[in-house]
Amino acid sequence: MTRITVKVDGSSFTDEVEPRTLLVLYLREQLGKTGTVVGCDTGNCGACTVHLDGRSVKSCSLLAVQADGHEITTIEGLATNGQLHPMQQAFHEHHALQCGYCTPGMIMQSIDLIADNPNPSDEDIRLGLEGNLCRCTGYQNIVKAVQAAAGAAAPQASAAGGAQ
Amino acid sequence: MTATEERPATEIGASRRRKEDARLITGRTRWTDNIVLPGLQHIAMVRSPFAHARITSIDAEAAKAASGVVAVITGADIADEQGALPNAWAIIPDQKAPVHPSMAVDHVAFAGEIVAMVIARTAAEANDAADLVDVDYEELEPALELKAAARDEVIAHPDLGTNVSAVWSYDSAESGTGGDVEAAIAAARDGGIVIEEEFRQQRLIPAFMEPRSIVVDPTTEQMTVWSATQVPHFVKIFIALVLGIPESKVRVIAPDVGGGFGGKLQFTPEEVLTVIAARRTGKPCKYTETRSESLMAAHHGRDQWQQVTLAANADGTVTGLKVELIADMGAYLGLVTSAIPLLGAFMYNGIYKFPAYHIGITNVFTNKTWTDAYRGAGRPEATYAIERLMDELAARVGVDALEIRERNWIKHEEFPFSTVSGLRYDSGNYEAATAKARELFGYDDLRAEQRKRRESGDPVQLGIGVSTFTEMCGLAPSRWLGSMGYVGGGWEHAAVRMLPTGKVEVVTGTSPHGQGHETAWSQLVADRLGVAFEDVEVLHGDTQVAVRGLDTYGSRSLAVGGMAVLAAADKVIEKAKPIAAQLLEANADDLDFSGGRYGVRGTDAGMTMAELAFAVFQGHKLDGSAEGCLDADATLDPDDFSFPHGTHLCAVEVDTETGATKIRSYVCVDDVGVVVNPMIVEGQVHGGIAQGIAQALFEEALHDDSGTLVTGSFDQYTLPAAPDLPTFETARTETPATTNQLGVKGVGEAGTIASTPAVVNAIVDALRPLGVTDVPMPCTPYRVWTAIQKSASQEGSRS
Repeated sequence: MTRITVKVDGSSFTDEVEPRTLLVLYLREQLGKTGTVVGCDTGNCGACTVHLDGRSVKSCSLLAVQADGHEITTIEGLATNGQLHPMQQAFHEHHALQCGYCTPGMIMQSIDLIADNPNPSDEDIRLGLEGNLCRCTGYQNIVKAVQAAAGAAAPQASAAGGAQ
Repeated sequence: MTATEERPATEIGASRRRKEDARLITGRTRWTDNIVLPGLQHIAMVRSPFAHARITSIDAEAAKAASGVVAVITGADIADEQGALPNAWAIIPDQKAPVHPSMAVDHVAFAGEIVAMVIARTAAEANDAADLVDVDYEELEPALELKAAARDEVIAHPDLGTNVSAVWSYDSAESGTGGDVEAAIAAARDGGIVIEEEFRQQRLIPAFMEPRSIVVDPTTEQMTVWSATQVPHFVKIFIALVLGIPESKVRVIAPDVGGGFGGKLQFTPEEVLTVIAARRTGKPCKYTETRSESLMAAHHGRDQWQQVTLAANADGTVTGLKVELIADMGAYLGLVTSAIPLLGAFMYNGIYKFPAYHIGITNVFTNKTWTDAYRGAGRPEATYAIERLMDELAARVGVDALEIRERNWIKHEEFPFSTVSGLRYDSGNYEAATAKARELFGYDDLRAEQRKRRESGDPVQLGIGVSTFTEMCGLAPSRWLGSMGYVGGGWEHAAVRMLPTGKVEVVTGTSPHGQGHETAWSQLVADRLGVAFEDVEVLHGDTQVAVRGLDTYGSRSLAVGGMAVLAAADKVIEKAKPIAAQLLEANADDLDFSGGRYGVRGTDAGMTMAELAFAVFQGHKLDGSAEGCLDADATLDPDDFSFPHGTHLCAVEVDTETGATKIRSYVCVDDVGVVVNPMIVEGQVHGGIAQGIAQALFEEALHDDSGTLVTGSFDQYTLPAAPDLPTFETARTETPATTNQLGVKGVGEAGTIASTPAVVNAIVDALRPLGVTDVPMPCTPYRVWTAIQKSASQEGSRS
């Protein structure tokens, strides 16, 4: 077992983990962060995407020990004081989810995407989400939601010096 | 989250944002795999790596001795306990089928079949120990190819003696719904047109995003089973029937379920085995499949071979249609495996007026994963065949693909129309949908561009694909299902209850897994009872709450389940009437119900439903002459299916040098009748089209010569990602169905049914000047390129 200390959604945790434990399983099973889900076992689907120090990572493709000393944000840590993150609001507003299983990963990846590229074209968004699979929506409303969130965030971003 | 939304003038037709989203976008979700119970044990399955083999021995000693292992169970251990998995649809009385064990005892019939399970303290310990279970197999030759299987070249189940499960046919001359197809074909061979084609409906994998998961708690008075299923009510009944547990002792809950597409319309080996594990150990048990297991062992879809013959007059008027198909059941019959081709059998004639029709179906076993429902279930296959044929007919006659359809389709004034396959289409307007699609698509301009590219010999050719589809959906009439050999019914149940505080509790027997019933059913009830959308709570997916129901599949939920909700709401309004009369001291005949309020005609006196609900709760002023209760149940069984239709148009650019296909534009006009929530309907269409395009271009479950699934992960089984799909332009016409009170039709499967032939027709259209008349699916660049090379060499050898 290896001791790790991580900050997840604002709270600090120090835990003993098996070195082979995937970050996503640590989040789900030891911390109860079940908002982050597992959709495949090959890193293709992106359902488990979280932020590690503000950048998106597939939490099935990292070991928990690799997160030692880092800060993680999951879908559960996005809303602040009951206020949805603009990306969450945009997904709701534009019907960018149906079953909702890919949604946590999709939202986390989309936030990273517009942090990188505040004014993406539809094609930029599609390429930026290539690593996140959705079986329900055909992606069209996801693209629309990300576009809307980017549009809403862009002026704010320049004023506040960053959307995050 | 709905605070900023304006209240719509009418709930029916309002794009209400979904109630479901609140938990799904914040991660406060209730997936089955999230469930943790005190003392929870974890299961890992040991699965056969061979498609066809005898189990000669299993040594589980090392696994049993491993850390944390509670038990290792083999098929021999539970041979007398596990019963057999059910097939609910014998399409002929003497349908043949092997016994379908949840865990193989001595014979495995597909790669992925479960041969043992390990129960351990943690999932990791269970998985580690599963690797230690030593199974010896004697390999047998697998039956893999469906046509060879139909000839019994290799037998998938030696005990059965044949691979043929059932042979079924429908003939319009025999049934009195039309003429003799052989005569029609013979006549067409003499001066008319006969088109003969073979189409392969490749094997697909539903690939819902949430892997299947089951948790069983045996420590409660009723055994509680959580399952990521579309059909909790089915699962409850079958646990009772298969495992001999009284139905009243089983509670099944489908919590949040992450997609299904027919793939979770099943009663599974994993459900049976998790129940057995929990029952044997007396402790809660969980099984969650990996994606690799899901792709290998959750049922597959499609996998049919079709031989079709279309007869027509020289002017392109269709005179007959003959279909012979072989359907691959895979290794076993699941719930409705045998009936998937049957669900297509009535749709091959599509929207056209065929005077004669014959279909013959041969269901065969192979040593592959069993097939069953996948979005559209039989109807995509039928629609593909007829829509591909109509394009070929247009080419032979030398007219436009839309024109050939118009010459043959049922005109809007001809409804209701009795078809050659014996269905009664209640309504439709193919002219209106097609005219609208044609305009949105810019059909004539694209044809002009196509001509230019053809004339200039552009290496990138433009193709235009047409699909004017209809489908039978809203499963549905119990009498029809019974007449076809299905053991279950097709009714749906609902309850509507006025709560003392004026809120409304709605219970539905449908079981949504992405379709938004919580939102749409709230709209239905808010509209009918005149209460606020926010005040309606929709409960579902728990057999102790939604006691009766037949769940969600076959685009049935709104047309059947939603109408049951309305029927229950209507009963509540009726029950409220004598109560209102008492409380208002008025004659019931003088009361009108409007805007959620019973008013005394000609006066200001009246009471809202909320006021009535509270008065009923108190009971102080009721005189006992009417039941003091504003709860009602309703069961509804429609007289017929609903028949949505639409026109889908696809433009593709095909690079004739590389075979690469790019969808340039996709326009569809769907007619799904009256729409409750256009936003949800549009979302269903988007997702449906995406899955249909996936069949046309990307997906195929492939096995190697030994029967191993080659496409066993998302690396190889390539679901389309966002860059693979275009933006769809969707629109609607609205021709109300006449078979339900609101005029709604199903929409869940429409996009998938329509889009596959639209895309392939477009590809073939692009390449027709090169002599290409078909490209097998999925139309990968390699296959498109190969088709081009093949026709070029044929042209060369002819010249």
